[in-house]
Amino acid sequence: MSQLMVDARRVRKSFGSNEVLKGIDLQVAQGQVLCLLGPSGSGKSTFLRCINHLETINGGRLYVDGELMGFKERGEATYELKPSAVAKQRSEIGMVFQRFNLFPHLTALENVIEAPIGIRGLKRSEAVEKGMKLLQSVGLGERANHYPSQLSGGQQQRVAIARALAMEPKLMLFDEPTSALDPELVGDVLDVMRKLAQSGMTMIVVTHEIGFAREVADRVVFMDEGVVVESGSPSEVIDNPQNERTKSFINSVL
Amino acid sequence: MSESTTKQDDIVAIPLRHPWRWVSAVFITLVLGLFVYSLVSSPNINHDIVNKYLFNQKVIEAALLTVILTIVSMTIGTVLAIILAIMKLSSNPVLKVISSGYIGFFRGTPLLLQVVFWGYLGIIYPTIDLGIPFTDMIWWSEKTSLVFTSLVAGIIALSLNEAAYAAEIVRAGILSVDQGQAEAAKSLGMSSGYTLRRIVLPQAMRVIIPPMGNEFISMLKNTSLLQVVAVMELYARTSQISSQNLAQVELLVVAGFWYLVMTTILSFPQSYLEKKFGRGFNPAEAQKRWLGIGSKGNV
Repeated sequence: MSQLMVDARRVRKSFGSNEVLKGIDLQVAQGQVLCLLGPSGSGKSTFLRCINHLETINGGRLYVDGELMGFKERGEATYELKPSAVAKQRSEIGMVFQRFNLFPHLTALENVIEAPIGIRGLKRSEAVEKGMKLLQSVGLGERANHYPSQLSGGQQQRVAIARALAMEPKLMLFDEPTSALDPELVGDVLDVMRKLAQSGMTMIVVTHEIGFAREVADRVVFMDEGVVVESGSPSEVIDNPQNERTKSFINSVL
Repeated sequence: MSESTTKQDDIVAIPLRHPWRWVSAVFITLVLGLFVYSLVSSPNINHDIVNKYLFNQKVIEAALLTVILTIVSMTIGTVLAIILAIMKLSSNPVLKVISSGYIGFFRGTPLLLQVVFWGYLGIIYPTIDLGIPFTDMIWWSEKTSLVFTSLVAGIIALSLNEAAYAAEIVRAGILSVDQGQAEAAKSLGMSSGYTLRRIVLPQAMRVIIPPMGNEFISMLKNTSLLQVVAVMELYARTSQISSQNLAQVELLVVAGFWYLVMTTILSFPQSYLEKKFGRGFNPAEAQKRWLGIGSKGNV
């Protein structure tokens, strides 16, 4: 097995007295595509947000590319990382949101080049050249100067993917990237994600697109009520689920 | 579109008449006209005095001072307001309480009182010393009245008061920006300062600018309160002149004219700023700008 990109060990997360993640153990190898399935409220989105430390975990350990996320260990003690160190860790992990969250006051191209220039210190000309290439690769080269409000949901989501890729991340997280889209726009976004998977990007995708999971995922994990219920290849989990909860979920979404 | 678009089945109806619209319009125009006539023809208003002082050099200089006071106080007030708003939104409880206390204090007392207070600062602190507190070490000392001249006192009073009001406007603007924006910025590795500066504030400006336009105009008019600490702005100057020639109403007309001119001119930058920070938020307008530039088809 190649090197682990994500290594979650007994990860726990609570909001107040409500424990959302009850000890998640999950490993994702470099270059692997993992699809997270599960009913809403199962904790899959929360887990995704824990990976890039948008949520701080309460227990367990979470490593990305061998590095502990959000904390550092010195001997017996665990220290919180400084915000700048957390930001650095985050800058190497791309995230795509359900609601796109593009910056509405910036054009598509400006959305893509903002972080490379402002955070990585790239020269503007260089960032623009790279940004245009990325927009072309998601099929939106012609729309570089459009504002998000002038783009369809599917186009916005593809810009959001380009924006995340502009930071050259080693891991991409997708939080229900097609759930907010009109059905006819889903395909374009999935195409881009499929291409990205083929290029060898490590991806964790929270999705309800069973077809996509079956076709693209190396591994499918089914979560419910804060625990991993079942995990395996798409043919195992989707086509031949063992657990009752997995069975009823797969039946309800197929 | 042309007249040839009329089709056979179009409805050709006689429009509904609105007689009361005409009656009310005529009535109000008449009343207004009579009022203006009464002013113009009044033997109690000396139009020669109005004309004489309208472009008097002292009056124009005072009007200029009013503009400068407004811009300086507004600038200081806005900077303080942003700091106060960030303090109030921070998770540090001490900063939160201090910011809320400041806003409560300066909104809760009359501006006139604050202006007079800063004018009297010399009574509370006769001298200003620079040194180490609770020791005899003093490197620099000066009489308060020399540092806090009436002009400085006036600017401080207006700025500090403005900061309290503008802080709430800025805070409302920041809160109006969707939480997802900060989250997306975080996920790209942006620090909270960078996110505020480049992502949140530019979007908050859209909400902040219209009420700040109001504040600007209020500020311009509130400078007239500085008359009580003898700052020679427009109102102080015209009332000084009228106390000598006893033409009170005439000089009020002069002052009113210049206030109107200034508030009118100062409202132009607002629409410019609204356009600038509104970019990306009005699809129809933006579409016009990009029409024909590299757009093929719809999706």
